[in-house]
Amino acid sequence: MNVLIYLVPMALLLGLAGLVGFLWTLKSGQYEDLDGAAVRILPDDDLKA
Amino acid sequence: MAEILDLSSFVEHGDAGTAHMTLAVDGVGCAGCIRKIENGLTKLPGIIDARLNFTQRRLAVDWRDDEIDAATIIKTLEGIGYPAHPFAPERVEADESRQAKLLLKCLAVAGFAAMNVMLLSISVWSGSVSDMTQETRDLFHWLSALIALPAAAYAGQPFFISAWRALRARATNMDVPISVGVVLALALSVYETATHAVHVYFDSAIMLLFFLLCGRCLDMAMRRKTRVFAGNLASLKAEFAHRLDAKGEVIRVPAAALRPGDRVLVRPGEVIPADGAILTGRSEIDESLITGETVPRAVDAGTTVYAGSINCSGALTMQIAAAGSGTLVDEVERLLQKATEAKSRTVRLADRAAQLYAPVVHAAAALTAIGWLIAGASFHDAIVTAIAVLIITCPCALALAIPAVQVVAAGQLFRAGVILNCGDAIERLAQVDTVVFDKTGTLTLPDPAVDAFAIDPDLLERAARLALSSRHPLAVALARRARERIPYPGAVEEPGQGVRAMIDGTEARLGSSAFCDLADEDTQSTPRDAEASFIIFAHRGKSASIPIRQSLRPDAIAVTQALMARGLDLIVLSGDRQEAVGPVASRLGIREWIAGLTPAAKIAVIELLKAQGRRILMVGDGLNDAPALAAAHASISPITAAHLAQSHADALFLGERLAPVLRAVIVARRARSLMRQNLILTVIYNSLAVPFAIAGLVTPLIAAVAMSGSSILVTLNALRARLGMPQLSNVDPFASEPARAEAPRGKPIAPLTQVMADLAP
Repeated sequence: MNVLIYLVPMALLLGLAGLVGFLWTLKSGQYEDLDGAAVRILPDDDLKA
Repeated sequence: MAEILDLSSFVEHGDAGTAHMTLAVDGVGCAGCIRKIENGLTKLPGIIDARLNFTQRRLAVDWRDDEIDAATIIKTLEGIGYPAHPFAPERVEADESRQAKLLLKCLAVAGFAAMNVMLLSISVWSGSVSDMTQETRDLFHWLSALIALPAAAYAGQPFFISAWRALRARATNMDVPISVGVVLALALSVYETATHAVHVYFDSAIMLLFFLLCGRCLDMAMRRKTRVFAGNLASLKAEFAHRLDAKGEVIRVPAAALRPGDRVLVRPGEVIPADGAILTGRSEIDESLITGETVPRAVDAGTTVYAGSINCSGALTMQIAAAGSGTLVDEVERLLQKATEAKSRTVRLADRAAQLYAPVVHAAAALTAIGWLIAGASFHDAIVTAIAVLIITCPCALALAIPAVQVVAAGQLFRAGVILNCGDAIERLAQVDTVVFDKTGTLTLPDPAVDAFAIDPDLLERAARLALSSRHPLAVALARRARERIPYPGAVEEPGQGVRAMIDGTEARLGSSAFCDLADEDTQSTPRDAEASFIIFAHRGKSASIPIRQSLRPDAIAVTQALMARGLDLIVLSGDRQEAVGPVASRLGIREWIAGLTPAAKIAVIELLKAQGRRILMVGDGLNDAPALAAAHASISPITAAHLAQSHADALFLGERLAPVLRAVIVARRARSLMRQNLILTVIYNSLAVPFAIAGLVTPLIAAVAMSGSSILVTLNALRARLGMPQLSNVDPFASEPARAEAPRGKPIAPLTQVMADLAP
């Protein structure tokens, strides 16, 4: 059962990383314009000279 | 006269000479639009940033004040092809957006905790059949507590706060049993962990919060979507006014920026932007949005006029009066206040369920504890079993049952063109048994239309094209018929009389009969009817008297028939004249109608109908309907309605057709029956699960399975509201249930003429 000593903290840390990531996306306003994000990838401005 | 556009009331100034404004943009439909708008603006000198929110159809612009101004930005957008309107965000919207963010954060925290606690719980559950030692189990329990306690304290905020508020007001709502259940489950689990016991309920408590937060988030998202949409519509149709400054110069300002005492110029064809008194000028104004009266009223200096009236003939200068100083508006405000106070707050289904539910559940838990004590169990075991009862009955499904249906139904209505103003409107809409219609602008279209029957089409086309050069409301209605959208060159409008132009070398005139040099008998020979106004066109010796009238909404007859077929009684209450209301009512087959009602009389009739035990759906648009809208059980307004009427209606509908009213009733009735089904499902689930809990057989595993099972069941049942509906949006709603001639009638309506006699001063 010694494996738990690092497996449990690792699971918790991974979960926490996900939570922090979500809170960051929320704070940076990535859910403000859900439909816009979907259509903004369509025009390829970067291809023209 | 040069016109200056003043938008300062919408612009926020930052430090260092920067400015910010939000615009509602019309006509955005694809990815190309985003690029066109953003690139088009950022090319301008002085623009710092322009970003379009595609979901909300709103554009946020930042610029440097000294290089460019707001008016130029709007003009540029119009040039690219996107009419934009400055937008002042309402406080409600900002509040809701903050709350939505908090809910999402809570959801994220609860989700994280639920996943990790479940990870530990499942290990413990499977460990009990393998070789997990007691020390490892305790470690896992302590870890669960470490995650669940802070997470529940954070993610439970919305429920704890709401429950505390309800308790302080000596009331109870669904959040009270939720909070009690969660707190007790956590407290018990900590105690059990400390005493090295086998069963803990951290996972149940945190999963309960997660499910509930999912429901709340969806509910909030739907509400915000409709709110944003309604906000955009409001700003797209916001009126501009021409303010006269001290030097007599004309400045275009948003009507919302007008202050009492301002002097305003109102040209023919324009809408009067605010209440006030006329200083100079003489004209006729169309007050159909205020009183329902379709015949224009003559006004001159000193007359009081109301916002929303349309100036028909002459230019007017007026002085804005302080809010509420007009007699009619005063009267309406007073009635509104009374109506809103008197409206007995209908108890919502969910609250009613909560009021029954909480005492029963808490009593059951207490009885369980007492019963086990009497049966000789230890104090500890009795308490543990009682808390298990609380956990298993914790109204997860019950709290989801109604919001889930509401979300689905609100989405249905949104797609059908109905915007809900308040969440519980669906329940009240489902209960109505009588529909009271206003006539002008509700049963009829808000804009008058040409009755082209028996007019030479060629002559009509010329008249319509000439009408393009006039701003008189009748001419505007006629101009909508023009196929050729280019005005005749050199057309001259003579204010208050008509418009003339040279067509093919001869002069054509459009306007009053005097202006067209026609003898009176020529126009008199045409059949007169009370509903229509006439505009005369004369060209090359030929003349036509073109009737323009308020026409019925295209599907008004079908909708009223369908409503009657569904057992609803229909009544028309109008502020318009007898001669105008009668024909409309008889064409729709509505037997009960009263004309010439004041706002007070409308309310009196509604109160009388309510006293007969009827539940009334009021459909109206005028300022004079606002008190009636507030007094009725449920109310709907067309989107063209007066501002005051809109803000007191439970829902708004879009477009020219009346069908959304019918759809609203159909969807609401279906939603209500689903809500009842869901409540029954939860009761059945509880009556199955509670005996196990009382018997002390519930383990944490059973609690977790039962809880998610019931939540998923009611959510799936709510989604059925959506499954049944697609036919409705695609197929004509009237096809499924043909209008029967012999509609089932409810209680007979008391003779309405009696009301009129009682109301006579």
